[in-house]
Amino acid sequence: MMLNSEDLDKLAQALELTREGELACDGCFEELDRFVEMELAGLDAAAGLPLVRDHLDKCGDCREEYQALLGALRAEQGWMPIRLIWARLRRFLLSERSPG
Amino acid sequence: MKERTNEEWLSELRGSERDRTIGDLRAVIVRGLKTTFVGRVRGLNETAEDFAQDALIRVLNNLDSFRGESRFTTWAQKIAVRVAYTELRRRRWRDVSLQEVIERHEGGGREPTVLEDRASSPERETARKTMVETLQRFINEELTERQREAMIAVMFEGIPLEEAARRMETNRNALYKLLHDARRKLKKRIEAEGLSPAEVLEAIGEG
Repeated sequence: MMLNSEDLDKLAQALELTREGELACDGCFEELDRFVEMELAGLDAAAGLPLVRDHLDKCGDCREEYQALLGALRAEQGWMPIRLIWARLRRFLLSERSPG
Repeated sequence: MKERTNEEWLSELRGSERDRTIGDLRAVIVRGLKTTFVGRVRGLNETAEDFAQDALIRVLNNLDSFRGESRFTTWAQKIAVRVAYTELRRRRWRDVSLQEVIERHEGGGREPTVLEDRASSPERETARKTMVETLQRFINEELTERQREAMIAVMFEGIPLEEAARRMETNRNALYKLLHDARRKLKKRIEAEGLSPAEVLEAIGEG
């Protein structure tokens, strides 16, 4: 196997991060919804689920999906208040039109 | 859309009048996917709808596996993201041949040793060259052919784990374990030789 400098850097860094008990992709997927909700709630998800955090640091596929899920849920949080504001405005406008 | 507890989602999706609930869940999934696709996927609306349909099927077939440790919609969106990104990767990488990538890595004029443009002393260059040769020997002695191929594809050439797994006729979880085993073996060998990965990194680093 022929390695160049870039390969070696990647390999050495990966070896430094290698632990005996790592979670594989299925295990990470199993906990990902809980992990993301912890983050959104402002909790220390990495401390609560350290093996998930470790896997996300190492696995590009899982990390990409985690970022997508986090993005989707953050957008949902931002979307909800606007809908509630509109519902309240609508109720106000309807009550203004039918006095007494 | 009606706000639901996890229990309400589950009971309505299992009930006889579940069409409206399925519609609401589809809307949640489509909205979530559109958010993640912005700037990344052309034909956003159509694609999100297609993926949402596939995701819904998977969610409905796996309701019994929901453990209630998160919101039901979070769990469903997790599945939707997995479905969508699996397909997006497959499309993006479909013309890439694993064999060609490996052969190109092994043969095509790659410089296996030090780069001349790195400024360093002769002693450091010698130490670096020795470390490179040592690592290559460890890789050849400790790893299987399959592990070496996986390492080239995923670690060095950046092929997504799932795509490499597909080409190697395995699954992503098994391939992660294969690579983890490879890393563990190399790390053990390095440590058995009285070194640490940090020292390896230092030796092959900038001069």
